[in-house]
Amino acid sequence: MAFKLEPKIRPSRSTHLLAFHVMASYSTNEFRPGLKVLLEGDPCVMMESEFVKPGKGQAFTRVKFRNLITGRVWERTLRSGESMEAADVVERDLDYLYSDGDLWYFMTTDDNYDQIAADASAVGDAKDFLAEQARCQITFWNNNPISVTPPNFVNLAVTETDPGLRGDTAQGGTKPATLETGAVINVPLFIEIGDVLRVDTRTGEYVSRSKQ
Amino acid sequence: MSEAWQPTADVDSLVKRAELLDRTRSFFRERGIVEVQTSTLDQYGVTDVAIENIEVPGYGYLQSSPEYQMKRLLVAGMPSCYQIGPVFRAGEAGRWHNTEFTMLEWYELDVSLDQLMANVAALVDCLIGSQPVLTNTLAELLKNAFNLDLHERNESRFIDIATGEGLHGLCDFTDALDFLVSSAVAKLDVPRIFLTEYPSYQAALARTERRGNIDVALRFELVVNGLEIANGYDELRDAVEFRRRCDNDNMRRERLGLKPKPVDPNFEAALVQGLPECCGVAVGLDRLFAIAMGKPAVSDVLAFSTRVE
Repeated sequence: MAFKLEPKIRPSRSTHLLAFHVMASYSTNEFRPGLKVLLEGDPCVMMESEFVKPGKGQAFTRVKFRNLITGRVWERTLRSGESMEAADVVERDLDYLYSDGDLWYFMTTDDNYDQIAADASAVGDAKDFLAEQARCQITFWNNNPISVTPPNFVNLAVTETDPGLRGDTAQGGTKPATLETGAVINVPLFIEIGDVLRVDTRTGEYVSRSKQ
Repeated sequence: MSEAWQPTADVDSLVKRAELLDRTRSFFRERGIVEVQTSTLDQYGVTDVAIENIEVPGYGYLQSSPEYQMKRLLVAGMPSCYQIGPVFRAGEAGRWHNTEFTMLEWYELDVSLDQLMANVAALVDCLIGSQPVLTNTLAELLKNAFNLDLHERNESRFIDIATGEGLHGLCDFTDALDFLVSSAVAKLDVPRIFLTEYPSYQAALARTERRGNIDVALRFELVVNGLEIANGYDELRDAVEFRRRCDNDNMRRERLGLKPKPVDPNFEAALVQGLPECCGVAVGLDRLFAIAMGKPAVSDVLAFSTRVE
C-alpha cells in the first residue's frame, strides 16, 4: 500500500520527546465528550461521561463510548482518579478518487495531492455512496484509515433499472435501481438508466433527480 | 456580553423550589419536629474516607453534614429536630452532584428505624407524589441480581462480576460492592427502593447488631429513580466504638494517600455524655426537588450551581 501522510497526522495529545512518542493519558476528571481513548485495545470516542458517587462510597465516572472501528456503543464505569490512554485518532477531509475493487483511494485536499488507500473494513457501508470527487471525512488511527464518512448528499448515476414510465412524476410506486457504486436503492418509477440521482448517504434514500 | 451572571435555574423553578421548601417545613411542623440551625463552618471535619471537607485555613472546615452538631444538640436536650441547609463536599460535581448542596438532616427520638423509614417515605410522597416503595436488604439485592453472597465476601468473585457489568480498571472489594449495588438497583428498575442492613464495615455512624452469625449495620438508603435520596441510621451512641471507627478511617486514609483528619473532640465528648436513643436521616433535597419538577440535573433547581464544565 503506497500512502504516506506522516507529516500531516499528529496525535491529538501526545508529546514529542526526541524521536519517541509518549502517549498521553486522561484522568477521569478530564473526561469529556469527544475525547478519544483506547478501550480494550480499540480506539473509542467518549459520547458522555457522568460523575456518580454514593454518599458513603467510592466516586465513579460512568462513560459511554463509541468504538471507532465497529461503531458499537460500550458503557464502562471507572473509579474516579483512574486514567485511560489517549488514542492517536485524527479526522481529515479527503476527496474520493476511485476503487480498484480491493482498495478505495482518496486524495488530500491540500496542495500535496497525497493519496491514501482504505480497505473494505475501513470503508464499510460508505462504499455504496462514494461518488467521485466527494469530500469524505476519514478517521485515522495510528495513521491508518479506520472509517470513512461520505458527505450527507452525493450524486450518483443509475446503471440499471426497469424502463421508466415517462410522465409519471406524481406520487406512486417505487422500483429498485442500481447505482454506479453497485448499491441498490428504491427510486420513483420515472427514473431511467443514466439519470443522476441525489442520495442521502445517512439513510440510503433517494432525494431527487439531479439537474446535471 | 457575558451571560455568566445568570442563575443556573430558571425563575419559575426557583419559585417552585420555595413552595417545595415550604411544604417540607409544613411536614415537620405538623409532626412537632423542631427546626434548628447549626453552623456551616466548624473547627473540625469528618474522618470519612469517601467525604472530603473543604478546609477554610485558620477557621476549620465547611461542614459536609450538620450531623455532629445536631447530635450535640440532642445530647443537650433538644427534642426531635430537623435542619435544612447548605453542606459542602470537595470534588463532587456532576449532573446529580454539586459541591455545595442542600441537605435536610433530621433526627427523631424514640422511633425505630422502620418508623423513620415510613416517615421518610411519607415526606417523599408529599414532595413528589405517592408511589409504592420496595424494601430489600443489601444481601437480598445482590443475591437476586447477581447470585452473590454479600457476607461471604468473596473478593475475586465480586470483582469478576463487577468487571462483567462494566467496571473498568483497578478496583478492590468495596469498589466492586458499591458499583454492583448501583447496577443491581438499576436492573430492578423500580421507582423507589429502600436498601437496608449494610455490612458492618459500611456502618458509618450506624449501630450494628448481630443477625444470626453476622453483624449488620442498622442503616438504610432510599433510592428514587436510581438516585440516592436519603441515608438513615439507627444512630451509634457508643463513644469508644466511634473512636475506633475514626481511627480505622484514618488508617484507610493513610493507605489511600489522603490526609488523616483529627477526630472531633466535641462530638466525642457529647457521645461520652450520652446521646439519647434516636434515628436520623440525611435527605438530598436538591435531587428530590429536581425529581419533583421533572428536571434532569440539580443545576436546574439551584440558583447558582458551582458546577464547572
